[in-house]
Amino acid sequence: MSVTLIETGLANVASVEAALARLGATALRATGPEDVARADAVVLPGVGAFGAGAAALAERGFAAPLARRIAEGRPTLAICLGLQLLCEASDETHGASGLGVLPVRARRLGAPRLPHFGWSEVTAPSACRVVVGGAAYFAHTYALTELAPLERAGFAVATATEGETFAAAVERGPVVACQFHPELSGAYGAALLGRWLETSRDSADAAHAGEVQRW
Amino acid sequence: MVMPRLIPCLDVRDGRVVKGVKFQGLRDAGDPVERAMLYADSGADELCLLDVSATIEGRRSAVATVAAVRRAIGIPLLVGGGVRSLEDARRLLDAGADKVAMNTAAFESPELVGEVAGALGAQCAVVAIDAARRTEADGWEVVVAGGTRRTGADAVRWAARAEALGAGELLVTSWDRDGTGEGYDLDLLSALGEATRLPLIASGGARDEAHMRDALDRGASAVLAASIFHDGDRTVEACKRALAALGVPVRLAPLPGPATDR
Repeated sequence: MSVTLIETGLANVASVEAALARLGATALRATGPEDVARADAVVLPGVGAFGAGAAALAERGFAAPLARRIAEGRPTLAICLGLQLLCEASDETHGASGLGVLPVRARRLGAPRLPHFGWSEVTAPSACRVVVGGAAYFAHTYALTELAPLERAGFAVATATEGETFAAAVERGPVVACQFHPELSGAYGAALLGRWLETSRDSADAAHAGEVQRW
Repeated sequence: MVMPRLIPCLDVRDGRVVKGVKFQGLRDAGDPVERAMLYADSGADELCLLDVSATIEGRRSAVATVAAVRRAIGIPLLVGGGVRSLEDARRLLDAGADKVAMNTAAFESPELVGEVAGALGAQCAVVAIDAARRTEADGWEVVVAGGTRRTGADAVRWAARAEALGAGELLVTSWDRDGTGEGYDLDLLSALGEATRLPLIASGGARDEAHMRDALDRGASAVLAASIFHDGDRTVEACKRALAALGVPVRLAPLPGPATDR
């Protein structure tokens, strides 16, 4: 199973590519909306400002196929700004719209020092299968601080606390979105990526089997 | 609160590690990738690569070294040495660095800090300051060009200015303490903590975990250590366990055992 990486032009994809390669996964860069629609598994990394990221997804035609595959529960991993781009909007850039698959707004984290920069403890409920508890590497200023709407939308929510409690990651089957950087979170992050790849392979195999049966 | 970070540092010249080549337990102690993997697997929170090449060819090979190390390890990578322009910074980040440290060039052309922070993000922009106690007065002055030139400029004031220009983090080396094993300059750390709100990486002078604990207690967010790991006698993991025993809330790998769910 190959993994398709979405470039927003803002993220350093080298770290993500390297992490996937160490786990034996080939990463291909998405060249257009078809790649995102067809891919067995998609990774949306992201660093930088919400407005620029949302604009890049829209301009490159990635927004609609990304939203669709998440709604359909197809393997997707969003990282850092990638998580925030799944929201409706962000306090970071007024007027810009996210994909809206997460029914919340990203807000400025109420922490004494910003950005939240470094290793913090993640607490994961038993409903999370890919995300588990452990220390992960964060580098962000904005965060998802409304957790109940995420749970109502069917996501299991792992949390971290820096000044206030926020979503460290959300998970719904093979759709996983992390505020932290799993590709920079050492053994904890590698294990998480490994579990996501495994879940994605199972999901992709089931989808293909379904297609074969249809024919 | 974020956990205090332990950052081992490798000096690299022309693609080879230059210090600690008598490192125990590695097939090739001079290979940056092998050393980086050892440190990462041993629990390093971040890795610092310092390019000490003197030549243009040497600097070019630094980019290849960064790329090779990036492929091998899954922790944040801070790269410094000879970063003189936005292009230098971009090249290193494209190769896989997460942060770049700017020292002499930032001091001489402070607009570089804003350029890098603006184009690549404050989280990528580390300003490295080498500080030496003034001989004729209180306070510290900035030392540049690998310690060969004392500038007379106030180090604490430069740090505050770097913050205002957009730096995301400061890497502070006490030039007086570096290599002495007498501990970090704690007064310098206190002065910087009062003058800026940026995370501080303390560097220069550590011989043991008590020194590191002292620096972290004085406000450092992270400690950089090179010599103490050079001969391979002290592992990163052992260092972190010793820090934990001293009450420092460092990130530790779970101990293997029947109670641990793997």
